[in-house]
Amino acid sequence: MNAAPLVALVGNPNAGKSALFNALTGARQKVGNYPGVTVERKSGRMTLADGRPVEMLDLPGTYSLTPASPDEAVTHDVLLGKQPGERLPSALLVVVDSTNLDNHLRFALQLIALGLPTVVALNMIDMAERDGLRIDAARLSAELGVPVVPTVAVRRKGIDELKAAIGLLATGGAVSVAAGGEELDQNIVELQRRARVIAAAATTEENFRRRWSHRVDAVALHPIVGPILLAAILFVMFQAVFAWSAAPVNAIDAIFVSLQQTISAHMAAGFLRSLMVEGLIAGVGAVVVFLPQILILFFFILLLEASGYMVRAAFIMDDLMARVGLSGRAFIPLLSSFACAIPGIMATRTIDDPKDRLTTILIAPLMTCSARLPVYAVIIAAFIPPRDLAPGIGLQGLVLFCLYITGIAGAMLAALVLRRTVTKGAPPGFMMEMPRYQMPAFRDVALGLWQRALIFLRRAGTIIAFTTVVLWLLVSYPKPPAGYDLPEIDYSIAGRIANAIEPVFRPIGFNRDMALALIPAMAAREVAVAALATVYAVDAGNEATQERSLVDRLRGRWSLPTALAFLAWFVFAPQCISTIAVVRRETNGWKWTGFMLAYLFVLAYVAAGATYWAAVVLGL
Amino acid sequence: MKVAAALTTLDALPLKSGGRIVAVDWDRLEQRDARRLRELGVDEGVSVEKLHKGPFGVDPIACRIGRMTVALRRAQAAAIIVEPRDTE
Repeated sequence: MNAAPLVALVGNPNAGKSALFNALTGARQKVGNYPGVTVERKSGRMTLADGRPVEMLDLPGTYSLTPASPDEAVTHDVLLGKQPGERLPSALLVVVDSTNLDNHLRFALQLIALGLPTVVALNMIDMAERDGLRIDAARLSAELGVPVVPTVAVRRKGIDELKAAIGLLATGGAVSVAAGGEELDQNIVELQRRARVIAAAATTEENFRRRWSHRVDAVALHPIVGPILLAAILFVMFQAVFAWSAAPVNAIDAIFVSLQQTISAHMAAGFLRSLMVEGLIAGVGAVVVFLPQILILFFFILLLEASGYMVRAAFIMDDLMARVGLSGRAFIPLLSSFACAIPGIMATRTIDDPKDRLTTILIAPLMTCSARLPVYAVIIAAFIPPRDLAPGIGLQGLVLFCLYITGIAGAMLAALVLRRTVTKGAPPGFMMEMPRYQMPAFRDVALGLWQRALIFLRRAGTIIAFTTVVLWLLVSYPKPPAGYDLPEIDYSIAGRIANAIEPVFRPIGFNRDMALALIPAMAAREVAVAALATVYAVDAGNEATQERSLVDRLRGRWSLPTALAFLAWFVFAPQCISTIAVVRRETNGWKWTGFMLAYLFVLAYVAAGATYWAAVVLGL
Repeated sequence: MKVAAALTTLDALPLKSGGRIVAVDWDRLEQRDARRLRELGVDEGVSVEKLHKGPFGVDPIACRIGRMTVALRRAQAAAIIVEPRDTE
């Protein structure tokens, strides 16, 4: 049991809740999930000035307590002590945006009515001042009947005062909820009007204008400049993934090579040394080497999210999304899927319309996730020359860009077809708050990146390490008898499996090694790279050649049409057990999961085949 | 003497012009959309301004509603009845 009092952080989306949570808890956060639903549970330890520990719970950002979406249902249930496995919070920290008190105070009033001890954080007070709003915190506190503390979460201002206020409330004792469940159904309009009266009483307005955001929007949402800017941002993002990562990738590569040499020099040759050098280190190293690229991608996505641009991107894309039967709301989950389909699919819970949401889930795996990057990067590096077509536009980056575009086009086409057949329904609406622009705080972005890096490395250390070792055993054993004149791998278990399934893949230009790599790549796409590394490391026969990179080995072994077909396969194939598991959970069963697997595998097979034969005909 | 302009709906309001919400036809909205609009602060008496429109067609539009900027589609905006600000 956790003896520390539990304080729940609640507020509207865009109130700066995450930044405040980071400011209060630092890096001591635990990210998990509520059982049965797909709502993220984020908690962290905070220490008060007097040394008392407090557990902070970051509830999802919602506009009200009406339990219409899973996010709102969890917020509602936690605050009423009805969420299984969660204690009733002993106090609430309500975050409001000072520049939007009218709206945010409505939710605050609803929360205060719950009867739990409450503190209100008057966040982004600096922005309000810049907009010409003067807010009387004392007056507001008197009107609301709870302490009000002005804060600037991204600049870490007002945090000590906030902790002191929490310290006075959070005594750790169980508190019963004063208001009954019935009272929660207060009329939104009524509360809204009360909120407006209170906001007006506490605010002195001096020529209110959102200067900054309006000026930026004039450009970012301009009918011609806006879309060009969006395309440029996405293009720079994908060029950067390659350009910025070269040095750190080489450094990580060098570390793994020297590790292999050290072990080879200090261990007697034998099973254990082979397992370590050829299996484990070669396999894991081939994946970890792509950490810099994955982090660069996440860096851009976190930046776009924190700055407020992400919603503008949704706004720009809404009409195009509407044409394939989706809404702009689907754009953010789909954009997140570029990093990883799992958070993307989980982000679809913000889509109200069930059919819209289901379609988005079904097409999310077509967005090129970062796990595909290692595969793309290796094949591109091996087969596409590093030429510059124009200053700043490299051929390799362009090919990568095209792969992303192909995935997007495939997804849009799939959505169009799905919305007219299996997920037919009324067109979804699009309603979203467009938050003010904000300079993202370095610490919040860094913390987000750190959490992602840990998740990736944990995967590399567990599922990827495990599958690469299993694969190494499969490709290494049993050893062929003396006098066996084919390559060793043909005699191994994996060689036999690959030989059996190879005829299925031969029509689309895949060789046996590729069929072999696809098997463990079901665990995670990037394992395909590790698998190829293992296959070729073993095939090469001695550890001296370990230093030769996988890239060199692929050249000459694969034809260009084969390499391109392999890329096309990875654009479409649902090669990721974690994604499949998340889809199963999000769609509540195997029906839609099975449907997704079937349609994506067929798509992958057809696309790879078409690519192969087109390239052969063109004489590439 | 200035005469109040005729009532219009938010979807028909010209870009870059503003007004005040005089009524909302909640019944023509889906329940889900009506709830979301209320949560985003749509109410009688609130000032509005039409700021932007999506680049690829007629939808969506971005409007200032009270102090908040909100993106919505014309189908929903059509339920919001606006008295345009007097023009000289």
